[in-house]
This record gives sequence, C-alpha cells and structure tokens, in this order.
Amino acid sequence: MTVRWTELVIFTLLFAIVAGLGFYARRWNSRAPEQSREWGLGGRRFGWISWFLVGGEIFTAYTFFALPSLMFGAGAIGFHALPFTAFVYPLAFLPLLRLWEVSRKRGYMTSADFVQGRFGSTTLTLLVAIAGIAATLPYIALQLAGLEAVLRAMGLNGAGLIGHIPLFIAFLLLAAFTYRSGLRAPALIAIVKALLIYLVIVAAVIVLPARLGGWASIFAAADAKFSAAPSHGGGILLGAHNQLEYVTQMVGAALALFLYPHVLTGVLACKSDRVIRRNMVWLLAYTPLVGLFALLGYAAIAANTQPIVNAATGQPDSNTVIPMLFEGQFPVWFAGIGLAAIGIGTLVPASVMSIAAANLYSSNIYSKIYKVCRRREPTEKQQDTQSKVASLVVKLCAVALLVFINPQYSLDLQLIAGVVILQTLPSVAIALYTRWFHKWGLVAGCVAGLAWGLSMLYSIPNRSTGAEHLGGAALELGKLSILGWHPFAGSAVQVYPGLIALIANLVVAAVVTVVLRLIGVPDGVDETETAHRDEGTSRQEPVAELLKGST
Amino acid sequence: MRTDQRPRPPGRRRSRLSWSWADLLLLFPLAALITPLYNRAEPSLLGFPLFYWAQFLFIPLGVICVVAVYLKTGDRK
Repeated sequence: MTVRWTELVIFTLLFAIVAGLGFYARRWNSRAPEQSREWGLGGRRFGWISWFLVGGEIFTAYTFFALPSLMFGAGAIGFHALPFTAFVYPLAFLPLLRLWEVSRKRGYMTSADFVQGRFGSTTLTLLVAIAGIAATLPYIALQLAGLEAVLRAMGLNGAGLIGHIPLFIAFLLLAAFTYRSGLRAPALIAIVKALLIYLVIVAAVIVLPARLGGWASIFAAADAKFSAAPSHGGGILLGAHNQLEYVTQMVGAALALFLYPHVLTGVLACKSDRVIRRNMVWLLAYTPLVGLFALLGYAAIAANTQPIVNAATGQPDSNTVIPMLFEGQFPVWFAGIGLAAIGIGTLVPASVMSIAAANLYSSNIYSKIYKVCRRREPTEKQQDTQSKVASLVVKLCAVALLVFINPQYSLDLQLIAGVVILQTLPSVAIALYTRWFHKWGLVAGCVAGLAWGLSMLYSIPNRSTGAEHLGGAALELGKLSILGWHPFAGSAVQVYPGLIALIANLVVAAVVTVVLRLIGVPDGVDETETAHRDEGTSRQEPVAELLKGST
Repeated sequence: MRTDQRPRPPGRRRSRLSWSWADLLLLFPLAALITPLYNRAEPSLLGFPLFYWAQFLFIPLGVICVVAVYLKTGDRK
C-alpha cells in the first residue's frame, strides 16, 4: 500500500496547528499555571469554552470509528447512541448541578473526593478511584486505536513495532502538551475539533447520498447485506430479541456517561451553575452528529467499503471503515481534512481522560498513601507533580495496551469500561440524593456488581467470529444465572449485562446496609452535611443565602 | 421520598436546587426507551425508514424540555 501524500500533508499540517494550540493553551486565561487546580481543572474558570470541552469529551473515537463500524457490521442496534444522547442531558441536569455545587464548596476535584467527603470511608474512596482509572485506561487505548486507524488508512501501515512509529510521534505530542498545559489544552483544541467535525459531517451528508443514489438506496444496500446473513442477527430494524438490549444499552450508556472521570472533569471545570445549565441545552446540538456518524456505517456498506488489513496484526481493522469511506468517496484534499478531523477528534478525549485519571491518582490514591507513610498531607506542589507524571504513565499504559494486544480487542475493553464505571453509580450519583446506604453496603455492592458484571461479559460468545469469550454486549436472558438458578431459562431475548450487574449491586448494597444497621455497625461521618458549620463558611453562608433569596 | 430526619443532600440551597413539578418535564425524552413507538420502516421520510428519522425527533423534544427547566431554574434564583 502506498502512502497518500496529499492526505498526509493536510493531516500533518492540521495536526501541527492543533499541537501548537495545545502548547499555547498554558497561557490562555491563566492566572497561576503552576497550581494543581489550574492544571487539572483549568482553575475552575471555564465559561462558554466548557461547551466545546464537554462536547469534545463525550464524542470520542467511539462515535467516529466504533459506532459506524458497529452499524456497518450489526445494523440498527448501533443506533442506540442517538436516542441516548437525546435524553441523557435532561436526565443528568439536576444531579450535575448538585455535584458541581458541593464540589465547588468543598474544593473537590474528583468523584472519589466527593465519596470520601460523603461517606468518610477510605476503602470506598479507593474503590471508586481505582474503578475510575480502570475504566479510563482502555478508553484512552480506544482513542489511540482510532488515531492509528487514520494513520494506517493514509498508507502508514507498517508491520511490527516500526509500524507503530507514526502513532508514537502523535502520542509524544499529545503527552507533551497535556503535561505542559493541563486541561486548557484539550479545551482549546476542542474548538477546532467541533468546527472540523461539523464541516466534515455536513459535507458527508450532502456528498455521500448524491454519489450513492440517495438515502433510500443506502438503506436498501444495508438491508440487503443483513438479509443475506440472517444468522448474525443484524438488520436495519430491531428484531424480536434485541429490543430489550437496545433499551438496556441506552439506559446503561446514559447512567454511565457522567460517571466517567473525564466527563466529570469537564463539568467541574465550569465556572458557574449557569454555565452548566446552559451547556445541558447546547450539548444537544452535538447529538445529530452521533446519528449521522452512525449512518455513515450504512453509507460504507452502500459504497462497498472494505476495512484495511492492519499490517501489525494481519487482521482487518474495523476502525478503518470510516477513513476508507472518506478516501473512496471524497476528493483527495477533502479526504485529508476528514481524516484530520476524526484524528484530532481523538486527541481531546485522550488528553482529558489522562488528566482525569491523573487527578484521581494524585488526589485520592497518592495522598492517601503519603498520609499513611509520612503521617501528614502532601503539599500541593507534590500533588501537582504527581498528577503530571501520572498523566504520562496512564497514557503510556494505554499505548502498551494498544501495541501488545490486537486493536480488535480495544472495543471489548471499552465494553468492560462501561460495566466497571456503572458500578460506581450508587456511591456517586445516588449518594447525591440520599445518604441512606451504609458505607460497607456500598463497598459490598460495588464489589459484587464488578465481579458479576465482568463474569457475564466474559461468558458472552461472539456469533459472527465464533470466539467463545468477550463476544459483545448482548447477553441472552436464558443464560442469565443467579448462583446457578436460571430465572429466564430458554429465553433468547438479549440484555446489556452492565445494567443487570448494577441491579445486583444495588440489591447487595441495600441488604448489607439493612443488616449492618440492625447489628449497629457505625457508619462513616458525612462532612458534606457539616459544610455550613465549618469555619469561614459559617459566617458568609447565611448572608449569601439571604441575599440570594431576596433578589 | 425523603423525610425530614434524612440528612440534607450536599450543597443544597432551597432557593435554587429545590424540586419542582416542572422538573418532571426532564423525564419526557425517556419516551425514547419505548422501542415499539418507532421500530418500523414505514412511513419513510426522504428515504429514511421511520426507525431512523423518528429517533432524530427526540433531539428537539430534549431541547424543549431542558430549555423549559433552564428558564424555570433561572427564575428560582
């Protein structure tokens, strides 16, 4: 395969501009670039830019690569990403305002900080922090897999470790500007990302149907493909067995979205609750993008696009479906812009994810260990250094994940990430509304949910490749086993196992809570309740509230 | 439902974060969870089967609901 020079030059040019913006970002709207809140949360001063940032975090390589290839391979089931992004903002609106408010008051940087404050339990905090990091790592790997798919589609498709060199170069730039500028870098880059992605999708929606005979024939081509292979269970409409899966996947994805550390980081960086409320309206402007990107998977079927064979693994890389569609259907200069858009699209989430994981590490794991060893709190400067180094380590681990395992598995890892992060819902989102659960009940529920959820995922076979394990997100209800009992034996209806694990998590947490209350095991202290009695706030708070009430 | 003995939720200010009937509007877009509403091909629109174009309609529905609550929470300040 030859290198496509025109595309490569346009891609490199845009990539260089974006990297330069990332380095410049350190000085943008910054008062004290050395402080950790400045690096990890942009000084909590983001206004309109947070719309670009949060939008740029939510629409990741999953939207640009994995989703269209899911539609390409399985049909209607992939479309769940559109309706879920239509109801997730209304659903998250009020809980996010609460979390933002308490985090601002108490100086929390992460969801695990909130859990520590709310339950006073080191075990639970560590569990939430580790779950957050564990869910983030494979998600970063997925971004890098997307970036590499673009590079390979442009002809940089070398074998072995050498074949990864273009990715290493891109990765070094990403790591360097993140280390230097912190959250401001992805925030500024997100503006370029939004402009480019919109430009590309509008062009695609106009050009592709015109070239492929209109949307009706695109859907007809997809229908013909799925009808030809009925055993794979795909189709352009939902069948009898996957409607429940469609619904449970939507619910699971919606509940998980704002639990992801990187998305919360973007929300906590907002400067006022008004900014968050406004974002919840305007973020819906990104939602059509998801639906249209998903439909590009069908356009790829109609255009007879074939994914390229990854020279490093010797197998077709499903992430390359969309890059190859662009190369086949667009004039070469615009294909370059399109590839740059989705390539740059992966940088924003990858950067924020590494920052969010670094925040979790420095503020919830490192400082705990430091306190045990040295019997005092680490200084801010120490935490700061830890954060920056941790962001590098996290990204290196993600590269290792990508290089040493088949990128085909990056999707499986993403699936696991969703199930893992969902298990923190009771400790974080539900705890915003009620302090009823006992801290050890939540620990027990989380562990039970994680164990059961992961074992269910592991047990799912892949129907199209014949692999025995980790074959996707669809569990047949008939195979559902509660300690050997099959409540739905014989049913072929499919569900998303993450949601089942979450229900188990809640049941275990509730039962353990009731038992511990009956025995009288002491619960942790809730410092968020005493916020008003704290020195400093006690004098200002009532006055502020009076003023608010009178206007 | 929370009773008075329950601890107050964190960071709560009655003026802004208190619950209102209007907040129920935020649950409307959950209609997307009822797949029989839209799991059909006909009638198609501009070549899109109903399954696809109908789900795009949940976006304006979401916008209307969030805007309504946005204005309402603004009033409560």
